[in-house]
Amino acid sequence: MPSSSEVSAPLAFAASAPALSLVGVEKRFGGVQALAGVGLELRAGQVLALLGENGAGKSTAVKIMTGVHRPDAGEVCIGGEAVALDSPEVARQRGVAAVFQDALSFDDLSVAENLFMGHLPTRRGGWLDWRAMRTRAAAALRSLEADLDLDTPLGALSVAQKHRVSIARALTHDARVLILDEPTAALSSREVDDLFRIIRRLAAAGTALLFISHKLDEVFAIADRYTVFRDGRHVADGRIAEADEATLVRAMVGRAITQVFPKTTAEIGAPLLEVSGLGRTGELDDISFTLRRGEVLGFYGLVGAGRTELMECLFGLTRASAGSATLEGRPVGRSPGESIESGLVLVPEDRPHHGVFAALSIRENVALPSLDRLGRGLFLDERAEERLAQQVAERLAIKHASLAQSLAELSGGNQQKVVIGKWLATDPRVVILDEPTQGVDVGAKAAVHGFIGELVARGVGVILVSSELQEVMGVADRIAVMREGRLVRVLERAEFDAKLIVTAALGAADDDAALGARAPVTTEKEDAAAVRAS
Amino acid sequence: MRRLFGRRDATLALIIAALLCAIVWRAPVFASAGNLDTVINDGAILTIMALAQMHALVARGVDLSVGAVMALAGMLAALLSRAHPELPALLALGLAGGSGLVLGAANGALIAGLGMPPIVVTLGTLSVYRGLVFVISDGAWVNAHELGQSFLSFPHERLLGLTHLTWIALAVVAASYLFLHHRRAGRELFALGGNPAAARAVGIDVARRELLVYTITGTLAGLSGYLWVARYAVAYTETALGFEMQTIAACVIGGVSIRGGRGGVVGCLLGSAFLVILFNALPVIDVSPFWQMAISGATILAAVVLNARSERRRLAARRILPVAGVPAASRAT
Repeated sequence: MPSSSEVSAPLAFAASAPALSLVGVEKRFGGVQALAGVGLELRAGQVLALLGENGAGKSTAVKIMTGVHRPDAGEVCIGGEAVALDSPEVARQRGVAAVFQDALSFDDLSVAENLFMGHLPTRRGGWLDWRAMRTRAAAALRSLEADLDLDTPLGALSVAQKHRVSIARALTHDARVLILDEPTAALSSREVDDLFRIIRRLAAAGTALLFISHKLDEVFAIADRYTVFRDGRHVADGRIAEADEATLVRAMVGRAITQVFPKTTAEIGAPLLEVSGLGRTGELDDISFTLRRGEVLGFYGLVGAGRTELMECLFGLTRASAGSATLEGRPVGRSPGESIESGLVLVPEDRPHHGVFAALSIRENVALPSLDRLGRGLFLDERAEERLAQQVAERLAIKHASLAQSLAELSGGNQQKVVIGKWLATDPRVVILDEPTQGVDVGAKAAVHGFIGELVARGVGVILVSSELQEVMGVADRIAVMREGRLVRVLERAEFDAKLIVTAALGAADDDAALGARAPVTTEKEDAAAVRAS
Repeated sequence: MRRLFGRRDATLALIIAALLCAIVWRAPVFASAGNLDTVINDGAILTIMALAQMHALVARGVDLSVGAVMALAGMLAALLSRAHPELPALLALGLAGGSGLVLGAANGALIAGLGMPPIVVTLGTLSVYRGLVFVISDGAWVNAHELGQSFLSFPHERLLGLTHLTWIALAVVAASYLFLHHRRAGRELFALGGNPAAARAVGIDVARRELLVYTITGTLAGLSGYLWVARYAVAYTETALGFEMQTIAACVIGGVSIRGGRGGVVGCLLGSAFLVILFNALPVIDVSPFWQMAISGATILAAVVLNARSERRRLAARRILPVAGVPAASRAT
């Protein structure tokens, strides 16, 4: 891969071979190109920050480095030598360890067992060597200043303590490369400081660290170098000391936003959904906004910013602990049934779990929310059901052999059309779409956007939650940006600006002028990105 | 060791003690040496099979075919004894255990090899194995007078005051404890049941462990099949019918989690003891047999509710907002 040699040229000061490097790594999942030739280098004693938007390919890269996935093309090198990491076990033996976003843990097992699970030490005859286990566990925890009882079940610990255990686990197998995938996501600031102290100590001891975080202030605080991925490509890297927030944000967003999402404008009318001071302990804080008739309000934010939690709360799946939400003066958010009755529907993010009845037919899925109207006396009117399903299937161009087909037989995109289509029939006034185009093909995506246009044309208010910046910018009339359970910024269409939105979502310094004025990124591949975007 | 005897186990032990006191108060005969001996012998087979079932439950599985395996292995042993009454009982025990091993390994191969859910596989083999009992016996009973003397008397013979049956159960208790708490494979079952994805990620060979689990349950069911037939002196197609439910009930009462990852030998032992005492005491204290099923069912429900509540308490709350009172993040730039 020429790009990786290019971008690593400025880093030639490091003479020895990198502890771990990726060279031109590609990975494809079905039709999705997750990584299209990325490179990065981890050096002993240094912290490399890996940056990128949601879906940029960071997690896939981590899984390749830890032996969970194998690359389709390219190489993983350890100490300068190409290796095949065929399994997590091989990666571990090679000295690569990772602490994941959601710490992989065994809640019912003790702290000591969690440290060694998968390679529990044994004595002669295959009996577990509890004494060795405890001695080594205590030493590893002591070196992390973690004062934990070795016999406590892991489930009784806080998230921060669990992370500490995960890091200690890496230490017990002498990891030379330690990957921290969003380790601070669930930590308080004091816990973050503790973690940073540990990271510095590990780096001083010669460990190569990869630090993944969406929080730029943390990146500046802890990293020595950075690498930026965008859409599965390597777009920039360099030394943190020579970079600033504007540079990094530009590299992460950095492409021309093209009109792949045709905006249908509808007349925006009277206020429909009014939310004021909505809060939920531990999840949401003081959220207020208004959605008008015929308006598409986009919700953007990082994964875990609280968008899905807000939508579940509005729909009544969870109860708010403060504030109120009203639809044309009538309170909503008390129960899903009531919300549907007052005309508020939610198409959930987690389609397999919350959206689809995979074993039921297209007809039954479509008819489900409308059964009240389709009934005739005590019995359901199957003919009416059939007619309804037929209309929906035609309108959304659902590819199907028969309406009696079970949803399990349809593709993801067509399943999504059914899930959305069933609400068409209920005549809703507010439709919340949570990541409606995640993991669906281009055609289904276009159908979803067409559907949004159709809704607003009928005066329905639409809330579109999406982690895809291009999509919200293309489809929404206004964009609400969430971060850490709060609504941090609402932008009108005229003010739409990718950098501004990402900056707000990241919580980086909110300074337009500075963003525009800064130097260009080390390596930019605007052209390639623009070509792909079309 | 703290893990060996948890707080939940202590509570259950207290409940059993209270139950015993209440029973003896109503019917002093229950405490007689002879009756207690019966209770212990009755409990032996349930204990063995509850421990076997625990292996499957802990690994987030279940073995519904244990009752059928017991019937099939028991019938094989009985047919051998009918054909050759002179053979020593240990041979029958070996045949029953060996055939249980094969039947269990077949379960394990289907589950681990084809990746099918244990509940479906063992529900299927339950019928297959039970059907095979008909096939090999032509639906006929093998009665006491057709069985060899050694075959019938072995479980009841005594060693140091305890019956062979009791000794075998004690050996299984000890072996289970050593396996589940002091062997790598045993600990890995807990990991596998508690978090299958994480278990794979740390390099545990899940398929191999599953094969092992169902081979263990099968083998123990085979052994118990012989013990059951010899103790009740008859082998027929309905031997141990529905027994799998009792083994699951004993586990649940003993605090073994149906969702996998949690359970202990002591709890399992106490759960079996509780059920056996209850089943034996109800007739003694003149509870109508019509009520017995309902009462035992109710205790199982109560145990499940208690388990579910304690599990819910352990679930950590989702957290997005930073902890109150602490500045949002360390702004170190």
